[in-house]
Amino acid sequence: MNLTKEKRLEMYSQMLKIRRFEEKVDEFFKANLMWGTCHLCIGEEATAVGAIATLNKDDYITSTHRGHGHCIAKGASLDKMMAELLGKETGYCRGRGGSMHIADVESGNLGANGVVGGGIPIAVGAALSSKMKKDGKVTLCFFGDGASNNGTFHESINLAAVWKLPVVFVVENNLYGMSVPFRKACSAENIADRAKGYSIPGYIVDGNDVEAVFETVNKAVQDARNGKGPSLVECKTYRWKGHSKSDNNVYRTREEIKAWMEKCPIKRYKEKLIAEGIATEEELKQIEDDVEKEIAKAEEFAKNSPEPKVEDVMDGIYA
Amino acid sequence: MAVITYIQALRDGIREEMHRDERVFIMGEDVGLYGGAFKVTKGLLEEFGEERVRDTPISEAAIAGAAVGSALTGMRPVAEIMFSDFMTIAMDQIVNQAAKIRYMFGGKAKVPMVLRAPQGSGTGAAAQHSQTLVALFTHIPGLKVVMPSTPYDVKGLIKAAIRDDNPVIFMEHKLLYHTKGEVPEEEYIVPLGKADVKREGEDITIIAGSIMVPRALEAAEKLERKGIEVEVIDPRSLVPFDTETIIESVIKTGRVIIAEDDCKNAGWGAEVAAKIVESEAFDYLDAPIKRLAGLDTPIPYNPNLERAVVPQVEDIVKAVEEMLG
Ligand SMILES: Cc1ncc(C[n+]2csc(CCOP(=O)(O)OP(=O)(O)O)c2C)c(N)n1
Repeated sequence: MNLTKEKRLEMYSQMLKIRRFEEKVDEFFKANLMWGTCHLCIGEEATAVGAIATLNKDDYITSTHRGHGHCIAKGASLDKMMAELLGKETGYCRGRGGSMHIADVESGNLGANGVVGGGIPIAVGAALSSKMKKDGKVTLCFFGDGASNNGTFHESINLAAVWKLPVVFVVENNLYGMSVPFRKACSAENIADRAKGYSIPGYIVDGNDVEAVFETVNKAVQDARNGKGPSLVECKTYRWKGHSKSDNNVYRTREEIKAWMEKCPIKRYKEKLIAEGIATEEELKQIEDDVEKEIAKAEEFAKNSPEPKVEDVMDGIYA
Repeated sequence: MAVITYIQALRDGIREEMHRDERVFIMGEDVGLYGGAFKVTKGLLEEFGEERVRDTPISEAAIAGAAVGSALTGMRPVAEIMFSDFMTIAMDQIVNQAAKIRYMFGGKAKVPMVLRAPQGSGTGAAAQHSQTLVALFTHIPGLKVVMPSTPYDVKGLIKAAIRDDNPVIFMEHKLLYHTKGEVPEEEYIVPLGKADVKREGEDITIIAGSIMVPRALEAAEKLERKGIEVEVIDPRSLVPFDTETIIESVIKTGRVIIAEDDCKNAGWGAEVAAKIVESEAFDYLDAPIKRLAGLDTPIPYNPNLERAVVPQVEDIVKAVEEMLG
């Protein structure tokens, strides 16, 4: 794998950014600064970062309710994300959408989604548009193991396969859909095994190894771009926090959570970068400091931003 | 009488029916160990076991469809859809299958199922987790539609819904779950299709459903201090609908406000208004009927905006005062 040092450090920086962002959001919740609910992706950073690192800037993604990581990896402004979470007019959705609906269509982020499996057919549509316009773009479609049991998954993959569309399906298998264990909800051993049923390639990858994710998704993205149609990539990973803010983890053991925390994708990557002489402690420390500053700036921006005006509540329903 | 929460009353109702009739079972996402996203079914897995309290994959069409198929063949499923918004994913099974099977099969089959779900805004869950969709289902012949507003009603109505031989859409409001009220120790049923006069008054009738019932009652209390006597009627079910109780009230008061937390355009309140003007009560109206409903917008995330799109207590007070001049 010939990743440049620059690319590697960028992936490290992005994973860290996601981690710190999520920790800040958690803090906001605990301080009652945030409304509604939200789903943190702490522990799953390598999947979002490794997969999106394979894309060109103008490629598309569709995301999920657990979407902050995808959004950051796609290059979103932390200021506007944080402002959205606080329901501010300066947020990505002008405070109308909140955590589950952050989107930036212009930059290729076709949106988080409140409906599990709701984004999968939309990804197929974006890929159809690329095929018809011959614009050479690829769509990365993220979803969870739980979503792969919804009809939208099966209908979408079949359609994309039949039409040979430039889309890559990336399933983040974190072993639970809310409280229900993967093995109780899915009859297949692996989600990637289902690719056979649609005659497309299915890959399994360690979702906590950012370079492994990069490598596999990269192959799938190249195939999609070269007209070979869709693939399904299953990233095995784990969410450290509860499903959403109201979850006390009754369905899994502390030992299991701890074992997965030891496979922390960020810690692992840091150790690898240093062990292989790719970066020095100082270089990584610099990245960490920069991330800290960016988070602090975003918090400041969000907190100081204005609320939307109630009289504008009917804005934007129709084009 | 014990004072318990809406959730507790609902759970007790389901539990009693499961004890009474072994064909009754529960299925839905996270309804087992987790006890449901809103904890309605908490403890039922421990009490009845995995065979009768079944966690499903995230497969709404299959949940609704499996309810239809099992109901058609002798079971009595109580299926939970985690948020009523996701009933749209199961729309074929609900609208084309459950609702129509009996009629299409010449009245020779029945589909005794309950599909429960929480509806409504007020929790910051934004546009895809906050809708009130009762009007959609009210429009479909073959479905019954229930939306209880109190612990007493929710218990009596869930029992009636489970015993009913038709598909029943049972809509709970998230903001009602933790409200408390008196519930008798002894068994009772609240029949579908019977409105309840929640408060008597001479001056004006407010017809309110679901979360708008406590709001209307609070408004009525405020107005009482100003010498205005408000009658509050909760239809409790939209199908079947108790037109009679409403007509009686309108004939008495001559003034009507219909309060719903649904979008206004083609909301259930429009149907109720039409029922009133088509009836003998029309001649008794002293003012045009007023509809208080949500704005025709998706539910926004920001709390100020979210609050602004659905009628609140102060909106009801204002509307009553305006109508009484
Ligand atoms: C259609 C639909 N059904 C149910 C829900 C409620 N819900 C939100 S997230 C979730 C679990 C999703 O599991 P998975 O797809 O594995 O993603 P994860 O949360 O593990 O990242 C559920 C059941 C929903 N949002 N949409």
